[in-house]
Amino acid sequence: MTDLTRRQFLKVTGATLVGSSLGLLGFSPAPALAEVREFKLSRATETRNTCPYCSVACGVLMYGLGDRAKNAQASIFHIEGDPDHPVNRGTLCPKGAALIDFIHSDSRLKYPEYRAPGSDRWERIGWDDALNRIAKLMKQDRDANFVAKNAQGQTVNRWLTTGMLAASASSNEVGYLTHKVARSLGLLAFDNQARV
Amino acid sequence: MTNHWVDIKNADLVLIMGGNAAEAHPCGFKWVTEAKAHNKAKLIVVDPRFTRSASVADVYAPIRPGTDIVFLGGLIAYLLANDKIQREYVVNYTDLSFIVKDAFTFEQGLYSGYNADKRSYDKSSWDYELGDDGYVRTDPTLADPRCVYSLLKQHYARYTPDMVERVCGTPKDKVLHIWELIASTAVPTRAMTIMYALGWTQHSIGSQMIRTGAMVQLLLGNIGIAGGGMNALRGHSNIQGLTDLGLMSNLLPGYMTLPNEAEQDYDKYIAARAQKPLRPNQLSYWQNYGKFFVSFMKAWWGDAATAENHWGYDYLPKLDKPYDMLQTFELMSQGKVNGYICQGFNPLAAAPNKAKMDASLAKLKFLVIMDPLATETSEFWRNAGVHNDVDPAKIQTEVFRLPTTCFAEEDGSLTNSSRWLQWHWKGANPPGEARSDLEIMAGLFTRLRKAYREEGGAFPDPILNLAWKYAHADSPAPEELAREYSGSALKDLADPKDSTKVVRKAGEQLAGFAELRDDGSTSSGCWIFCGAWGPTGNLMARRDSSDPTGIGQTINWAWSWPANRRVLYNRASCDPSGKPFNPERKLVGWNGSAWGGADIPDFKADENPAGGMGPFIMNPEGVARFFARGAMAEGPFPEHYEPFETPLGRNLLNPDQPQAISNPAARVFKDDREAFGKAEQFPHVATTYRLTEHFHYWTKHVRLNAILQPEQFVEIGEALAKEVGVENGGRVKVSSNRGHIVAVAMVTKRIKALTIDGRTVHTVGIPIHWGFTGVAKAGFLANSLTPVVGDGNSQTPEFKSFLVKVEKA
Repeated sequence: MTDLTRRQFLKVTGATLVGSSLGLLGFSPAPALAEVREFKLSRATETRNTCPYCSVACGVLMYGLGDRAKNAQASIFHIEGDPDHPVNRGTLCPKGAALIDFIHSDSRLKYPEYRAPGSDRWERIGWDDALNRIAKLMKQDRDANFVAKNAQGQTVNRWLTTGMLAASASSNEVGYLTHKVARSLGLLAFDNQARV
Repeated sequence: MTNHWVDIKNADLVLIMGGNAAEAHPCGFKWVTEAKAHNKAKLIVVDPRFTRSASVADVYAPIRPGTDIVFLGGLIAYLLANDKIQREYVVNYTDLSFIVKDAFTFEQGLYSGYNADKRSYDKSSWDYELGDDGYVRTDPTLADPRCVYSLLKQHYARYTPDMVERVCGTPKDKVLHIWELIASTAVPTRAMTIMYALGWTQHSIGSQMIRTGAMVQLLLGNIGIAGGGMNALRGHSNIQGLTDLGLMSNLLPGYMTLPNEAEQDYDKYIAARAQKPLRPNQLSYWQNYGKFFVSFMKAWWGDAATAENHWGYDYLPKLDKPYDMLQTFELMSQGKVNGYICQGFNPLAAAPNKAKMDASLAKLKFLVIMDPLATETSEFWRNAGVHNDVDPAKIQTEVFRLPTTCFAEEDGSLTNSSRWLQWHWKGANPPGEARSDLEIMAGLFTRLRKAYREEGGAFPDPILNLAWKYAHADSPAPEELAREYSGSALKDLADPKDSTKVVRKAGEQLAGFAELRDDGSTSSGCWIFCGAWGPTGNLMARRDSSDPTGIGQTINWAWSWPANRRVLYNRASCDPSGKPFNPERKLVGWNGSAWGGADIPDFKADENPAGGMGPFIMNPEGVARFFARGAMAEGPFPEHYEPFETPLGRNLLNPDQPQAISNPAARVFKDDREAFGKAEQFPHVATTYRLTEHFHYWTKHVRLNAILQPEQFVEIGEALAKEVGVENGGRVKVSSNRGHIVAVAMVTKRIKALTIDGRTVHTVGIPIHWGFTGVAKAGFLANSLTPVVGDGNSQTPEFKSFLVKVEKA
C-alpha cells in the first residue's frame, strides 16, 4: 500500500475526505497526499434562510465563520440554494446566487446619519440622538396637525401631515409591529410596495 | 396565488400573460418546465416582447401594451359562442344564473350611474335582483335575458377576433389558435394555470385585466383545482405578508378595512362587513368579521379595549378618502405633508414621474430613511449630475438615515406568493451599528409614548394604551410578535356545545381562527395568520418536505394561510355531490361524513354537499362572481379602456364616447393630467420591464449583479432603430412629456412593430434597474419618464404603457 500513486489512492478511497481519515490510520501515500485542500464548508456554521428578493421564496443555506459561541463573531462567506426546499430544490437564480455580495455590499449603511437643511453632505450621529430628534419632530407635527374631529363634528382621530412607506422585504414580525405603531399614531398615509 | 409554485407541475396548459416568469421568477418557472417535461403541458405566452418565457413557449403571440382585456374579452365571447365552458361548474359554482336588476345598463363604454364631474359611479343599479324570500333570483337554465350569463354574452359580443387584431395588433390566426388551445381545458380532466405579474397590475385598468383572466378560468372550471388557478407571481419576498398584515392606507390586518368617517357607529361598521348570505344555506364566512375585529383590537390595545369603548373603535383613524402613495405624493407636492418615513422603500426610484417626486420630497420638513442600503431617495438632495440635477442649497428638508439589518441578520418569517409563511434564522450580526427595524420602530414608539405620558399632547390614548408587553420594550423579539399576530386565549374558553368543558386555557396559543370570539376572550393580531404559531409551537419553521400523494402538496412544510390550506377554493375541485372532477389529481373530497384529502378543505369540514353550500365561502352568494356588483370602480364587467397615454387617441370599442377613451373611473390629479403627452409628439409606446440579473433598484448595489448587467439600456426593434438611425450599441434619448433618459440602444428582433387599426406602432422596452447610487454604472431612473395615474381600484401606477419619443442621442 505504501507505493500507491495518488491516482490509485483516489480510485480506492473514492473521496478525499475519507482519504484524510485513512491517512490517520497509517495508509498515507506520501508525498502525494501531503497538501489535500480541505472542503471549505466543512467547518462553517450553516444557517437556513429565505432569499429576500422575489416571492418564490427560495430556501438558502448560509455558511458562516464562527460557531455561535458567545464571543465568536459570525461572518457569512458563502450562500447556496437549500436542496431540501420543495420549491427551489437547491437552485438559485443570478440574483440569489449573488446574495453574498448584497450582505457585504459597499453600499451597506453602518451608522445613523443626518443631512441638515441646505447641506450637501452627511454627518454621522448617534442612535439616541437620531431617535430622540425624530420622535420630537413627529410629536411636534402630530400635536400641531392631528385632526380629532372633521368639519361635520365626526370623530376621525387622524394624522395626515406625516406619512410612511413600509418595506415589503421586511419580515411579518417587522410589518406587524410597524403597522401597530403607525396606526396607533393615527397615520393614514401608510403604504407598502404592493401599491406599485 | 390561489394555488402555489409546486402545483404548477399539475397543469396541462400554462398561460403566461402580464408577466415573464422565466426572467423574473426563474426558480418558480422551473415548475412550468416540470409540467412541460412530465405532464406534457403546453406553454402559451402573450406579451409585447418576445421574452425569456416566450423563448421556451409552444405558442407566442405579441400584443400591444394595455390591451389584454380585448384579447381575453374576445376569448370569453369565443368560449360562450362555442359552448366551451365547464357547464356543471359554472351553473353550480358561479353567478351565471343570477338575475341582475333592470336598471343596470351599459352603453358606449359607460355603465349606469356615471357622474362625469366626479369621475365615479352611483353603483346602486349594479346588483342582483332579490326575490320575496330575500335571496337572489336565479334561472338555472341560463335563458333569462337578465341573467348574468346573458348579459356577459351580450357584453363581449363586440370583442370579435377582428376587433382583437385591430386593437391588440395580434394576428388573427394566432389569436384563434391560442383560444382553441385554452378552450381545450373546459373539460374536467384538463387544467390551465394563469401566471401574471406587473404586466397586468401596472395599468390604469390593471385590476380589471386580472378579473378578465379570472373569469376565463371560471368558465373553464379552472379555479380551485390542482394545476389551475389565478397565480399572481408577486415581486418582493414579503409583499404578500405585508398586504396580509394590512400595511396599506385603507386596510387592517387580514383584509379587514379601516372605517370611513361616516361610520361613526361601531355596530353598523361591523354589520356592513359581516355580510348575510344572499342564497339559502351559504356560509358567508365574513359573517365572523366581529370575531376577527375584536380579537385584533385585543391584540393591539389589550385591557384598554373593552366592550364599553367598542374595543377601542375611536383609536382607529377614520378615512375621508384613500391615502395611497399617489395621493400622498400629490399632497406632498402641494406642501401639505411635513414628515415622511421610508422603511426599506425607495420612492424616488419606484414612484412615477421622478421630477414630481424630487420637487415633492424637497417640500418636506423631515424625511426618515430606514434601509440596509444607500437608496436614491435618501440622497434626493444630492446633485448627481444629469442623473439627479438638483441644488442641495435650495433643499431645506432634514434627512435622517438609519442603517438596518438585512435578511441574513435577523430571525423571522416571510410570506411568499404561495401564501406560505416560512421562518428564517439569523446567521451573522449586521455591519457597524446597524439595527433591526424592530428596534428602530420600538425605539421611536417608546420615546413618543414617554413624551405623551410626560407632556401630554393630541389624543394620547391610543399611544399610551397600546399593548406593549414585550420582555424588552426597546427590542421586541420576533417570536413574541409572531405569537401575538397568531393569537391566544385571554380567558379559559368553554366549549360552545358544552360549557362545562374548557377547550383552550387562558394564555394558550390558538390553533386557528375558528377559535376566535367577539366577547374579548381571544386575541389575534391577524386572523388569517391565526394558528401559524399554534399550541404546538411555531409551524412556520416546519421542514417536512414529504408529499405523500405526489401532487406537490407538502402540507407539513412551513405553514400556509388560511388554516394551512394550499389551494384556495379547493371545494370547487369536486362536483356538487363531493366527488373530485379529476380523480387523478384529487385535492379534497366528501367521504359521506367529512371532507378531506391532500389539502385542508376550503369548506365547512362536516357540511353535507346535499345542502347546496357553495365553494366560494367568503362571498355571501357562496359562488364566484362574473358580475362584480359594486366591488370594482369601473363596472361589474371588465371593459377595455385605452392607456391614459394612448397611441390611438380613441377607444375602438366605444368610438363615439369621448368619456370612455381611458378608464372613466380612474382618479387623475390636475397637474398629472397636464403632464400627459400626446401621440403626435410622443409616438412610441413604452413599457418598463425587469432583467433576471437584477432586482428592482437594489442589486445595482451588489457587485456580481452589477458586473452581469453593468449599464443602462433600452430595447427597440429593428424597424424603429432604422427609423431613428441608431445601430445596436449606439445611444438613444428617450423622452416623455415629463422627462428623458439617455441609454445604450439594444436593437433586437424581440420587439416587433405592430399594426394597430391600420397604423404602425412601435414598442420600446425600458429596463428599470439603474440609478445614481450603487456600484453599477450610474444611470437615469426609468421613472423619469412615467405618468402619474393609477389603476381605478388599487392606484397602482401605469408603468406598462405610456408614450415616449425615441431619438438618436
